[in-house]
Amino acid sequence: MTLLHTDVAVIGAGLVGASAALALRRAGVATVLIERGLCGARASGVNFGGVRRQGRNIEQLYLAQRAHGIWARLPELIGTDAEYVRTGHLKLARSQADLDKLVAYRDKVRDFDLGLDILDRAALRRRFPALAPDIVGGSLCPEDGQANPRLVAPAFAHAAARAGALLLEDCAIAHADTQAEDFLLTAADGRQIRAGTVINAAGAWGAVVAGWFGDVLPLHVKYPTMLVTEPLTRQIGVSLGVEGGGFYARQVARGNFVMGGGYGHALPGDRSRPGPAALAELGRTAPAILPALARASIIRCWSGIEGYFADKNPVIGFSARVPRLLHAFGFSGGGFQIAPAVGETLADMALDRGRLLMADRFSPKRWTR
Amino acid sequence: MTALLRRVAPLAGPALRLTWNGQPIAAQPGDTVLTALLLAGDRLRTTLGAGAPRAGFCLMGACQDCWVHLSSGQRVRACSTLAEDGMALVDTLPGECP
Amino acid sequence: MNVPSSASAQPQMVVVGAGPAGVRAAQTLLRHGVRPVIIDEAPLPGGQIYRQSLVPRGSARQRYGFEHKRAAALHAAGAQLRGQADYRARTAVWNATPGHLDLVRDGDLDGLRYSHLLIATGATDRVLPFPGWTLPGVFSLGGAQIALKGQHCLLGPRIVFAGTGPLLYLVAYQYARAGGQVQAVLDSAPLAAQASALPALLNQPGTLAKGLYYLGWLRAHGVPVHHSANLLATHGTSRVDGVRARIGGAERDFACDALAVGHGLRAETQLADLLDCAFDFDVAQRAWLPQRDADGRSTVAGVYLAGDGAGIGGAMLAELSGERSALAMLADCGIRVDAPRLRWLARRQAALARFRQGLDRAFPLPGTDAGCDDGVMVCRCEEVRAGELRAAARQYAVDDLNRLKALTRIGMGLCQGRMCQSGAAELLADCRRIPLSAVGRMRGQAPVKPLPFAVLGKDPS
Repeated sequence: MTLLHTDVAVIGAGLVGASAALALRRAGVATVLIERGLCGARASGVNFGGVRRQGRNIEQLYLAQRAHGIWARLPELIGTDAEYVRTGHLKLARSQADLDKLVAYRDKVRDFDLGLDILDRAALRRRFPALAPDIVGGSLCPEDGQANPRLVAPAFAHAAARAGALLLEDCAIAHADTQAEDFLLTAADGRQIRAGTVINAAGAWGAVVAGWFGDVLPLHVKYPTMLVTEPLTRQIGVSLGVEGGGFYARQVARGNFVMGGGYGHALPGDRSRPGPAALAELGRTAPAILPALARASIIRCWSGIEGYFADKNPVIGFSARVPRLLHAFGFSGGGFQIAPAVGETLADMALDRGRLLMADRFSPKRWTR
Repeated sequence: MTALLRRVAPLAGPALRLTWNGQPIAAQPGDTVLTALLLAGDRLRTTLGAGAPRAGFCLMGACQDCWVHLSSGQRVRACSTLAEDGMALVDTLPGECP
Repeated sequence: MNVPSSASAQPQMVVVGAGPAGVRAAQTLLRHGVRPVIIDEAPLPGGQIYRQSLVPRGSARQRYGFEHKRAAALHAAGAQLRGQADYRARTAVWNATPGHLDLVRDGDLDGLRYSHLLIATGATDRVLPFPGWTLPGVFSLGGAQIALKGQHCLLGPRIVFAGTGPLLYLVAYQYARAGGQVQAVLDSAPLAAQASALPALLNQPGTLAKGLYYLGWLRAHGVPVHHSANLLATHGTSRVDGVRARIGGAERDFACDALAVGHGLRAETQLADLLDCAFDFDVAQRAWLPQRDADGRSTVAGVYLAGDGAGIGGAMLAELSGERSALAMLADCGIRVDAPRLRWLARRQAALARFRQGLDRAFPLPGTDAGCDDGVMVCRCEEVRAGELRAAARQYAVDDLNRLKALTRIGMGLCQGRMCQSGAAELLADCRRIPLSAVGRMRGQAPVKPLPFAVLGKDPS
C-alpha cells in the first residue's frame, strides 16, 4: 500500500485545482493533485469557453482582473496559449430596459477599468452587421475573449506536473480522515495520501467532498446545454451574451458556432444530457440573434455538470469547522475566466501569505449567519 | 477538365435545367444533386480551413463531405438530395461579415 | 420478461432501418399480429446492398448482379410492409433516449415512444486515411457502387479499386461489366490469406463460387489484380490523377481519374451507443461492437440489434438475424413463436458465421501502419492531420480515443467520427504502443446526423 506524504492535497484537477497546484509548486510547496477521472475533463473542459469579466458580480472583479493578467501570460506559464484570443465580448440588450441595465452595470463597475463601451442600435448595425437588426443595443468589453476549454485545464495540470506536482488521475478518493495533525485520504485502489492542507476544488462534486469532512454547503447542480454548428463563413468575431442570461454564442477560428442556453438533466453515472426544451429554445433564439444561423445545422450537442450557489458566487475559503480544509468550488457558471486567479489565491491562502479581497462574499460561513 | 462521373447509358426524356455557380447544367429525373454536379465537373466545394477541393466521398449520407448551397442560402447534402428543375446551386455564399 | 419498466401498458415495437435485417424483422412482427413502426432514411426499402432508386435505371441484373433474385424478394417484402405497417420513409432518428426516439422528416421534428426497439442501422465503408484521400476523385467502395447501382453512372473514366474485402472484387467486377476502365484491383490481403481461408469459405460454396467468378472474370478481361498491395498515396493536386502502391516489395504507379477504396465495413452503432448498450471489442473487425446475445438482445432491456449495424455479417446473415431478433422481441412480450424455426435460424446463422470467419481470414483488415505520414489529413471534417494527433497524444500522454477527440477535435466534425474513427484509433494505438482495444471508442452525441436550426426551432404544430 503506497503512502504519499505531501504538504497540500488538491482534490479535483479541473482548472481551479490545476492552477492552484501550479501556483503551489511555483512557491515550492509539495503538492499532490488528485483527479478521479482525467484532468480538465469535466466542466473545465466542456464549458462555453468564454473568458469574460463583464457581467460578473462586482466582488468577483478583483479576481477577474488578476486572472486577466494571467491569461495574457499563458504561453509562459503553461506552454500554450490554448487558443486564447481577446476577441471582445458583446452583451446584447433586447429591450430598452435591458440596455438600461447594461448602462447601470457599466457605471457601477467603472473603477475596475473594464473599458465597457455602450453601443446603440445604429452602432451595432455598423460594427456587427451579422446581428439581427432589431437588437436594441449592447455593451462591449473589448479585451474579454475566448479560449479552447478542452486545452486549458489539462495544460495547467501538466504544467503543474512538470513543476513537480504529483498528478494522480483515475484516482477516486474512497475515504477521507481528519486526524490530529493532518488529513489522510485513501484512494479506491488503496493508495493513501497524507497532507497538512486539503484544497477542495471538486467542482460540481464540491459539496459531496465537503460532506466527507462534515461541512454542509447549499450547492445546486445544473446541466448547461450546449451545441456546435458546422463551420460557417466568418460572421462575427466577438463572443456574445445577452442581458438576463440564457444565451451565449461565439464563432471559433474554424468557423463553427459554439453556443449554449438553458439546462438539461442528469443521467446515472455522473453524466448529463442536453435538455430537449433548451435545444428547441436555442433553435429559436440563435437565428433570431444571428440570422445566418437560420441556414446552419447543429452537428453535436452536449451538456456540462456545474455547481451553483444561489448568490452566484463560489465558496473560496477555509472551512468553519475543519482547520486547513480550504474550499473552492461552486462557480455558478462563471468559473472559467477567474479560475487561474483563484488558483493563485488558494496558494496564497494555503501559505498564509495573502488574503482574498471581499472574503466574506465567498466565505463558506456565509449561510450560517 | 474531365468530369468525375459519366452515365453508363444516355437517358432519354426532357432534361432538368439547373445552374451551378451561375453556369447552366442539365440533369435527369432521378439524378441526385451530386450526380448532376459531378457529371458536369470535378469539384463540389472548397474547405473553409485548408481551402482544399472536395467532391464527396461515400455517396450514402455518412461522410457529410458533399454539402453545397442553394442560392437562397439553404444547405443541401448533394448525395441525398434529388436534382430539381430550376435549382440554383452554388459552392459558396456571397459575402462575409467581420 | 424483458420489458423496460418504464413502458406503458401497450407494447410499441419499432424497427430502425429498412435494409435486409429491418425488413425481415418487421415482416416477422407482422406475421405474428403486431403492427410495427419502421423508420428508414431512404425513400424506399433495401438498405445499401439492395438500394432502390425512385427512378430505376438499367435492369435489376445490372444493378444487383447475382443477387437480383434476393433483392427482388427483399423489395417485395418491403413493399408489403409499406402497405401493412406504420412505415416512415425518408425519416431519420437523430436521438434516442430510453423509451423515446427523436425523428426528423422533411424538415419537421417528431417524437416516437417505443417499448421494444430493433436497431438495424447497417454499415458504411471502413476507411483508413492515406496521403491524398480527400482529393476529388477518391470515393469509398460503397460510394462507387452507389454511383453505379443507384445512379447508373461510372466514376472515372479510368478507375483503380483498392483496399480489401469481398466488396472490392464485387464493385470492380460491376464497373468492368458496365464498361468502366478498371486500371487495377489492389487488394492489401496476401494471396496466402485467401488460400488459408478456403476451408471456412467452403461453408457457403455458392458465395465462394461467386467471389472466385468475379476474380476470374476480372483476370480474364485483362484487369490487373494484385495481392499484398498497399496504397501509399494518390497523385494529383486538385483531383486524383494516379495512385502509388507497394506491391510485394516494389512501388508501382497507376494512372487513373478516380480511386475507390475501402477496407471492409464499419457498423453504424450511434443509436446503440446513445442508449448505453454495452460494447465489446471485436478483434477480427478491429472495432467496438454492441454486445448482443445469440438472439440479438442488447444489454439494455427492450433494445435489440440485428444486421450489419451490430457487426458485419453480410446481407444473408442480416436477414436471418433480423428475423431472429424479431422472434426474441415477440417471445419477450409473451407471444408464442415457432421453436423449430428458431432452431433453423440458429443453424443457418452458425453456418454463415463460419463463412464470415473465412472472409475475415481471407481479407484481414490492416491497421494504419506507422507509415501514415504526419501530413495526412485524418479528420476530413475538422481537417486534423496525423502529426497533430501524434503531438497531442505525446504531449498529454493520451491513451484514450475520447481524450484525443477532446484535445484535437478529431471526430467532432460533421460526420461525427464515421470516416476518421478507424484511422484515429489505429494511429493512437500505434503511437502509444498499446493494443487497439485499449484506446477505446469515441462516444456519440445527438444529433446522429446534422440537424438544421430551421428544423430545431420550429414551433411544434
